[in-house]
Amino acid sequence: MNAQSGHNAYRVVGTRPVRPDGIDKVTGKALYGPDQIAPNMLHGAVLRSPHAHARIRGIDTSRAEALPGVKAVITARDFPGQESVTFKGGETSGDRRDIAHNCMALHKVLYAGHAVAAVAATSEAIAREALALIVVDLEVLPHVISVAEAIAPGAPVLHDDMFTEGLEPKPAQASNVSATFTMAKGDAAAAMARAAVVAEGRYVTQPVHQGYIEPQACVASWNSDGQGQIWCSSQGHFDVRNLTAGILNLPISSLRVTPLEIGGGFGGKTTVYLEPVAMVLSRKAGRPVRLAMRREEVFAATGPAPGSVFEVRIGADADGRLVALEMEFWNQSGAYPGNTLHGGCATALGAYNIADARATGWDVVSNFADTHAYRAPGAPQSAFAVESCIDEIALKLGMDPLELRLKNAVKPGDPSPSRLPHGAIGYIECLEAAKASPHWNTPVAEGESRGIAGAFWGNYGGPSTVAVSVASDGSVAVTTGSPDIGGSRASMAIMAAETLQVPYESVRVAIADTASLGYSMVTGGSRTTFATGKAVVDACGQIIDSLLARGAQLLGVEPGEVAWRDGAVHCMAAGREGEKLDMAAIAGRVHQFSGPVSAEVQLNAQGYLPGFGVHICDVAVDKETGFTRVTRYTAIQDVGRAIHPDYVEGQLQGGAAQGIGWALNEGYVFDGAGRVDNAGFLDYRMPVCSDLPMIETIMVEVPNPAHPYGVKGVGETSIVPPLAAVGNAVSRAVGKRMRDLPMAPEVVHRALAGA
Amino acid sequence: MKMAVSTTVNGDPRAFLCEPGETLLEALRGTLGLTGAKEGCGTGDCGACTVMLDGEMVCSCLVLAPEAEGRRVETIEGVAEGSDLHPVQRQFLEHGALQCGFCTPGFIVAAKALLERDPDPSEHDLRYWLAGNLCRCTGYDKIVRAVQDAAAEMRQQARGDAA
Amino acid sequence: MSTMTFHAPATVAEACALLAAEPGARVLAGGTDLIVQMRSGRIAPAAVIDLKRIGALSGVREQAGGFVIGAATRCTALKEHAALAAAHPGVVEAANLIGSVQVRNRATVAGNLCNASPAADSVPAMIAAGAVALIAGPQGARELPVEHLPQSPGRTALAPGEFVTAIRLPGKAAHSSDAYQRLTPRTEMDIAIVGVGAAITLAGDGSCAAARIALGAVGPVAVLAEAAGAALVGTRFEAAALDRMAEAVQAVCKPIDDKRGSAAYRTAMAAVLARRVVQIARERAGEA
Repeated sequence: MNAQSGHNAYRVVGTRPVRPDGIDKVTGKALYGPDQIAPNMLHGAVLRSPHAHARIRGIDTSRAEALPGVKAVITARDFPGQESVTFKGGETSGDRRDIAHNCMALHKVLYAGHAVAAVAATSEAIAREALALIVVDLEVLPHVISVAEAIAPGAPVLHDDMFTEGLEPKPAQASNVSATFTMAKGDAAAAMARAAVVAEGRYVTQPVHQGYIEPQACVASWNSDGQGQIWCSSQGHFDVRNLTAGILNLPISSLRVTPLEIGGGFGGKTTVYLEPVAMVLSRKAGRPVRLAMRREEVFAATGPAPGSVFEVRIGADADGRLVALEMEFWNQSGAYPGNTLHGGCATALGAYNIADARATGWDVVSNFADTHAYRAPGAPQSAFAVESCIDEIALKLGMDPLELRLKNAVKPGDPSPSRLPHGAIGYIECLEAAKASPHWNTPVAEGESRGIAGAFWGNYGGPSTVAVSVASDGSVAVTTGSPDIGGSRASMAIMAAETLQVPYESVRVAIADTASLGYSMVTGGSRTTFATGKAVVDACGQIIDSLLARGAQLLGVEPGEVAWRDGAVHCMAAGREGEKLDMAAIAGRVHQFSGPVSAEVQLNAQGYLPGFGVHICDVAVDKETGFTRVTRYTAIQDVGRAIHPDYVEGQLQGGAAQGIGWALNEGYVFDGAGRVDNAGFLDYRMPVCSDLPMIETIMVEVPNPAHPYGVKGVGETSIVPPLAAVGNAVSRAVGKRMRDLPMAPEVVHRALAGA
Repeated sequence: MKMAVSTTVNGDPRAFLCEPGETLLEALRGTLGLTGAKEGCGTGDCGACTVMLDGEMVCSCLVLAPEAEGRRVETIEGVAEGSDLHPVQRQFLEHGALQCGFCTPGFIVAAKALLERDPDPSEHDLRYWLAGNLCRCTGYDKIVRAVQDAAAEMRQQARGDAA
Repeated sequence: MSTMTFHAPATVAEACALLAAEPGARVLAGGTDLIVQMRSGRIAPAAVIDLKRIGALSGVREQAGGFVIGAATRCTALKEHAALAAAHPGVVEAANLIGSVQVRNRATVAGNLCNASPAADSVPAMIAAGAVALIAGPQGARELPVEHLPQSPGRTALAPGEFVTAIRLPGKAAHSSDAYQRLTPRTEMDIAIVGVGAAITLAGDGSCAAARIALGAVGPVAVLAEAAGAALVGTRFEAAALDRMAEAVQAVCKPIDDKRGSAAYRTAMAAVLARRVVQIARERAGEA
């Protein structure tokens, strides 16, 4: 469903052309991470710890090295020494030393699945056979998985040099709490004491995986002259380059990373796991090396999203005005520090005007895979707690939950979590659209129940580089450094075609390797259509300027006597109206001018605006078994402007589906030894096609004035509301507040039995 | 010891050598260079490696390569006829039914197999048929609609051919 | 390097000889469990013997008033056999809950049985339907009721060199039918938290003449709940009879707590599903 756009000012923006990479992707031609081969390539495999926490006493690789066909065996000793360096790359941010040690454990293994050695051999079978010949002498240490275990007095400490950041004075003892962060305004405790109604609870979620279908894979080649190449899929190959070069102590420009098509990421492919390992293997073997994870390695060793414990209280006055919020939460971040505290706090404070609020988060490490960004990192867990409490307040006050939200929703000018006033946001418009939606206006079916939840997510802008060039025949090449993870080539082509006023088909989009263009940050943070798109539009503007200047010269008129229209330079000089030069006529005359027609734009995009959404969910709960089925679902979101509506709707639908999975059945299960007990797609239950109804979408368009076409980020917001939307529906069905995820049949059955 | 296997892939006779324990997926992607079928799990739980074996869709990760001896294998690379896309492929593009596209080859092979046996599947039947193919990007909505529209297009075509 | 060999015999006798010659050999029917186990390194068979080239082992045959399902017959073929689907809808629906369509195009009920997973979907349905496994081996052929084949998770009563060649089901009987249901968190692509099969025969007056109820995933192997069936015989499925049946079902449940469900939940759900499948089988029997 297309929203109340009413803007037909655009010719290409808002249309739904076939994506430029479409045919490659429906015919099996497109090359993804695991598809790459290099001449004379070796196949690698990684040995992983079976123990959740252990000290490495020694590793004997001699038998593996002696196996015929084995060309290199490495351990962390083959890596340069690592210094603690803060690496800034948005979602990849962290300590580079941690990222290096996560790629290959040095002194300690911190989770079952932690890499301890790697082999390159003439076949994958030989490489795997060699793994079994490596003897790792491990001193097994007691492990902790849950937040409660990790913060208990006397708990085994993962990092003896970790002292809680954000505490003054600095703690005297190392602990598993890496950091604390607080966002506060007013006096939450005093306001809570005055509230007419209070809803409170302890909300618990488990670690969940991004669940991309493409396992991590790469091919690396590192020559003796110090130059290296990597072919891999990622959300940001420039950060793959920067991280890998940093870990290997290489000049950044000596490493060239060529992006392959990426089979899903959702935040999980914004760091490195295999690339530095493959590089070291390649240097040792003198040949290119391919490394690819198996699915069980993906689950055991790549970043899930943190589990969480949220204690939240929200107070309202008798009229349903929210007056106070108090929240404290603990993120279960895995082996190394996470960085989702800010997201958790901002989401709690971002959507509603609550004058007195305080949110404090604690980042806790424990012995499972280092967690990583997953679509609006930190926000879904927070919104689950907050939006569930708001539902409880609505029930307590006998208010319509949508009206309650409308009454408290932020609007432009209201203070944002950063205290700056909100810009051109559209939460009110989303709630109004929900209220007017076919779903909300259909009575709840017999035996079913309905939940609703809202969302705030901050979004991001950041650095991008783009080149646009006009070929001698007038066709246009757009080159970006932003991997296309969900149709962004199409939106770049649309924005270029719109700006240049040329047909969509005359614009072709490529994604450059790291040696062919300047830096671009990851495709993440809902930034690509906004930030890289802005760079494309700016570059096209420069192209127009250049063509106008050249056109004026060719026409022999003053620069002020030409205008750009319909992809051509039109002469506006008196008496010569109607004369024009198309792009080929100008771009083909390279030798007459200062050079080819091209433009490169670098920017650090500012002016991004947060995303807001509302999801409505109907469920049918089998009262005898607890089995819950989502029967109808609608996702409403302020998208600013939908450049290619299919792919915007797709983001809304995909985020909703992931959130439904998170709510109902997904979650890591650990055995007594701290190993992931459900490291496969059979027992890590992502929704299958028959689990879901159609996901209705309503795109609300409140344009962002900071983007030429009004774009707001859309990729992440859609996963923020579903946990609570489903939870509120199930809670109403069960007659009891559901505060633990996932709401698997047994959990719901237990609630029903106790209700 | 390696085994020699003679088979038909997308209508062409192909012969290859494989380890006895190698899977058909490994042989297709490695020796035969057909990387359209993807490995998402290697355990038959995601459907990204779906191919047709003697006219039935299977996970090629759950078939040993020597089993292909004398059999007919059809992969995503054989779905289009030359440059002419199959209606399922075309409708996937028209609907934007792919985001990352990694699961897409498996879905297209599976959807084509369904429509060849049931030209007018209900949404229920379609969703259960495709339940062996995991997609993490789309929430399946646009995939289901694309297959429904491909079915309609193919029925129209069949009526045209009959007339 | 792996020294595994692959064989595709054309006859049962050849397969027997190959199995006898290589004690570390495994038979490959559908391969949907075997290949996964090989990949994970849980098993490393010395040889794999593919049964699918043995013509006699593929397909469903009506024979001596019953049905013989060859060991290499894919699950989806059962659905395509109209007479079998009419006689044993519960067995056919159970076989077509395993995995996905892709998996069922390879998986076989004989393989599902011999994999000896306590949660195998087709096994409770086959037990309820009175299925018998036909076995070939070095000592000749023998038969074993399906419920006696799995011994513990992953272990069967097959002697070295023996393999299941077919599953035999009784023919269609008047006023008889069956049903199977399982409970899973997802609608497809899942493993039963609990599965229940029931086969019911009605007397002319609509009372219960015979009942077999079998349970999956509530113990180390699928089990025939004889007392549960007996609780129904002679009744008209009154509430009290169904309560006794459900109690008898729970009495034989000896599940474990694991990642897929607690023992208490499994036990409770076995009773819930037993009531549901008895009702469905009874309705089907009434129409049969």
